[in-house]
Amino acid sequence: MATSSGVVEAERPGIALMVGLAAVRLAASLFVPLIAFVVLWQGFLFLRDTDAPKPVVAGVAIVWGVGGVALLYVVANWVVGRLPSRWGGRVLPFVFVGPAIAILFAYLLIPTILTLVYSFQDGASKNWVGVDNYVFAVTNPSMLEAIRNNVLWLAVGTGGSVSLGLLLAILADRVAFERLAKLLIFLPMAISFVGAGVIWRFMYAFRPAGEEQIGLVNALLGAFGIAPQGLVQLQFWNNFLLIAILIWAQTGFAMVILSAALKGVPAELLEAARMDGATEVQVFQKVVIPTIRGSIITVSTTIAILTLKIYDIVTTMTNGNFGTEVIATLQFKQSFTFFDYGKGAALAIILLLAVTPVIWYNLRRLRGQEGFR
Amino acid sequence: MKRALLFIAAAALAVSACTGGATPQPTAGPTTGPGESDAPAPTDTSLAGTKVEVFGAFRGDEGTRFEESFKAFEDATGVDVLYSGSDQFETLVNTRAEAGNPPDIAAFPQPGGMRRLAAAGFLTPLPQEIIDAIDANYGPGWKETGTGDDGNVYGVFHRVNIKSLVFYPKKAFEAAGYTAPTTWDELTALSAQIKTAGSSPWCVTMESGGATGWVATDWVEDIMLRSAGPETYDKWVTHEIPFNDPAVKEAVETLGSIWLDSTQVYGGTTNILSTNFGEAATPMFENPPKCWLLKQGSFITGFFPDAIKADLDAEVGSFAFPAIDPQYGTPALGGGDQFVMFKDRPEVRAFLTYLTTGASGSTWAAAGGALFPHKDQDLSAYASALDRAAAEQLLAADSFRFDGSDLMPAAVGAGTFWKGMVDYVSGSKDLDTVLSEIDASWP
Repeated sequence: MATSSGVVEAERPGIALMVGLAAVRLAASLFVPLIAFVVLWQGFLFLRDTDAPKPVVAGVAIVWGVGGVALLYVVANWVVGRLPSRWGGRVLPFVFVGPAIAILFAYLLIPTILTLVYSFQDGASKNWVGVDNYVFAVTNPSMLEAIRNNVLWLAVGTGGSVSLGLLLAILADRVAFERLAKLLIFLPMAISFVGAGVIWRFMYAFRPAGEEQIGLVNALLGAFGIAPQGLVQLQFWNNFLLIAILIWAQTGFAMVILSAALKGVPAELLEAARMDGATEVQVFQKVVIPTIRGSIITVSTTIAILTLKIYDIVTTMTNGNFGTEVIATLQFKQSFTFFDYGKGAALAIILLLAVTPVIWYNLRRLRGQEGFR
Repeated sequence: MKRALLFIAAAALAVSACTGGATPQPTAGPTTGPGESDAPAPTDTSLAGTKVEVFGAFRGDEGTRFEESFKAFEDATGVDVLYSGSDQFETLVNTRAEAGNPPDIAAFPQPGGMRRLAAAGFLTPLPQEIIDAIDANYGPGWKETGTGDDGNVYGVFHRVNIKSLVFYPKKAFEAAGYTAPTTWDELTALSAQIKTAGSSPWCVTMESGGATGWVATDWVEDIMLRSAGPETYDKWVTHEIPFNDPAVKEAVETLGSIWLDSTQVYGGTTNILSTNFGEAATPMFENPPKCWLLKQGSFITGFFPDAIKADLDAEVGSFAFPAIDPQYGTPALGGGDQFVMFKDRPEVRAFLTYLTTGASGSTWAAAGGALFPHKDQDLSAYASALDRAAAEQLLAADSFRFDGSDLMPAAVGAGTFWKGMVDYVSGSKDLDTVLSEIDASWP
C-alpha cells in the first residue's frame, strides 16, 4: 500500500478508530456465529433427549434441519460480508462448496477409510488380523464361485444389454410406431431389481409334473410335452437365467441413450458415405459406430458398474444358492447375517477395487468434455 | 433372525385367522397348578406409576397379543409396560446398547444375540429370585438356553414354539384307517402303507428366500436329538465334535433316506427346493391327499389354506416326531424369545417374574398361535386342540433342546449349514464334501 506522507497526519486518529472498529467487527463476527451455534446445539440437545409427542419432535426436526441449514448459510455469508472484500472474494467459494465437501467427507471418505481399516480386523473389529480376510476372500469356495459369476454378469450382462439396446435403437428408428415400441422396451427400467426379481420368479416358477404350471417358461415347455424343470436350480446355466433379468431391465436404458445418439449422427455424413458407395453395413461400421462411440462407452460403463455391484436380483431369485452367489450377496451375508465385519469389509473393498478402473476410465473420458475442464 | 420373522409372520396369520370371539378374563390372582409360590403379589402397589420399556422382534397382531398378556400385571401393580417391536430388532438393539440408550428389557429371538450382548457387558444377570422361579416352573433346557457364556442366567422365556410336530390331514387320515405312529418303525410302516396306497408319504418344501435351508436344518436337528441323543447334540452345536462327525453324517443320511427318495416326498427334490415352505401343506389337503405327513413347527398352521384354518381342529391332526433310538425317548426341539434385563430396577424384576408364571400366557393361549413352557399353566386356556396337544408334548418331552442352528455361530447356523443342506438336497455336492465344508467354515 502506498501512502503519501501528506495524509499520514490526518490518519492518526483514524487508525485508533479503525482498530476499534475492527475489534467490534471481529467480536461481532465471532458473536453471531456463536449464537447460531448455540441455537443449533440446543436444538440438537432437545431432539436427542426429548420425551415430547412424536408430531412435536417431527415439527422441531424439520424446522431445526431446514432452518439450521438456512441459518448456517446466512451467518456464513454475513461473516464473509464483514471481511475485507479482498478476503471475502477468496473465502466465499469455500462457504458455498464447503458443506458439500464436508458431507462427502463425512459420508463417503470416512466410511471408505473405516471399511479399509475394518478389512484388516477380525469380525468384531477388535483385533488386527493382517490380510487374513483377503486370504479368505480369494480362497473360500463360495468366493471363487462369486468371482466367476461376477465375470459372467459383467461380460454377458453388459454385452447383452448394450448390443440388444443398440439393435433395438436402430430398428426403432425405422418403424412407424417408434414411440410405442421404445416405451414398452423402456418400461422395465421403472421397476426396481427387487420387483423384477419377484416378477421373474413367476416366469421361472416350478410346479410338480401333473399340476398346473404357473410359470410361463414351464408352461411353454409343457406345451411341447417337456417335463417341468426347476429352472433356477440348473447349476451354472441358472446364472444366465438371472442375467436375462438384468438385460430385460437395462436394455431400455441402453436403447434410449443410443437412440438419441443415433439421431445425432449428421444426415450429411451418412449421405456422403452412401454417395461414396458404402454399403449399409459399411456405413454402420465405419460411420455410425465411430460417431456414437462416446455414448456406447457411457452406457457400457454404467451397466458394467451395475453388474459388478449386482445384488438384488440374485438375492430375490436364489439368495446365492445353486451356484449363483456374487460378491455383493456374500458381502451382505458376512456383514449383516454373520456379523463378521472384517470379512464383509474386505469383500466391500474388493468390490470397490473392481469398480474403480471403470470409474477412472469414465472420469478420464469426461475430463475431455467441456464441463469438466 | 429371519426365521424368527417367519415365525412371527406365521403366527400373526394364525392369530388373525382365529375367530376373535373369545374374550378371556385375565386371572391376576393365583391359579391352580404346581409350583405356584412365585406368582407376583397382585395387591402390591408400591411400584405404581413406574414404567418398563420392553423391546422385541414381534409386531402387529403378535405385539397386540403380548400387550394383552401383561395387562393383568399392569392392573395389579400399576406399572406401565411399554412394548415396541421392530423387524430390525437385532440391529437396533445392538445399536441402542452401544449408544448407551438400551430398553429396560429386550426379547431376543436368538440366543446368539443375547450371548453377544451379555459378553459385551450390556446385560444384567437375573437375580436369584427369578432364577428360582425358572427352576420351579420350567422344564429342563430353558434355563440353560438363557445362560450366557460366563455362566450367568440372563433370559426368561415366555411365548415359545415347538418344531418336533408332524401334521396330517385328519379326515382323510382317519378315513384311510391310518393311525398316528409313536415309534420310528411305526412311522416307516405307515410310510410304506401310504406308498402302497399310491401316494407320497411326506410333504416337504423348503424355499424361504434369504433363509432357505432352515427346514432341512430343523429336520437334521430333530433327527440328531433322537439318533445321537441330547448330549451329543450339545457337543455338536458347540463344535466339541466336528461337523463331519459320524453322528451328524448318520442324521443327515436319515434325512436323505426320506428327502432324496422321490417315492417318499411329493414332487421330489426339485419341488422341495423350489416351493415355499408355507405351501408344503397345500397338496396335503387335496382330495385325495397327494402327501400325508408334514413335519414342521407349531406355527405352520398359519400357512394352511383358509378353508382348513377355519376349522383347524377338525381338519388337522398332529403327533410327535417319533423316537428313533429308544434310550433318548421323544425329545422336543423348539425356540422362543427370551426376555433379558438391561436395567435392574424393582419394576423390571417384577415384570420378568410375572413372565415366569403360567398366568401370564393365558390370554395369548386363548387367542391362539402361541405355546407356553410354564409347568403351572392352565392347559384348558388353549382355544385350539392342536395348540393344547403341542403344549402337552412340550411339557411331556423327555428332553428339550433349543433350535441348534440358532445356537451355532451365524456364519454356520444361518450360513454354511443352510447352504450345505441346499447343496446336498440339490445333489450338487456329496455329503462328505458338504459336511467338511461346514466344519471348515466354523469361525
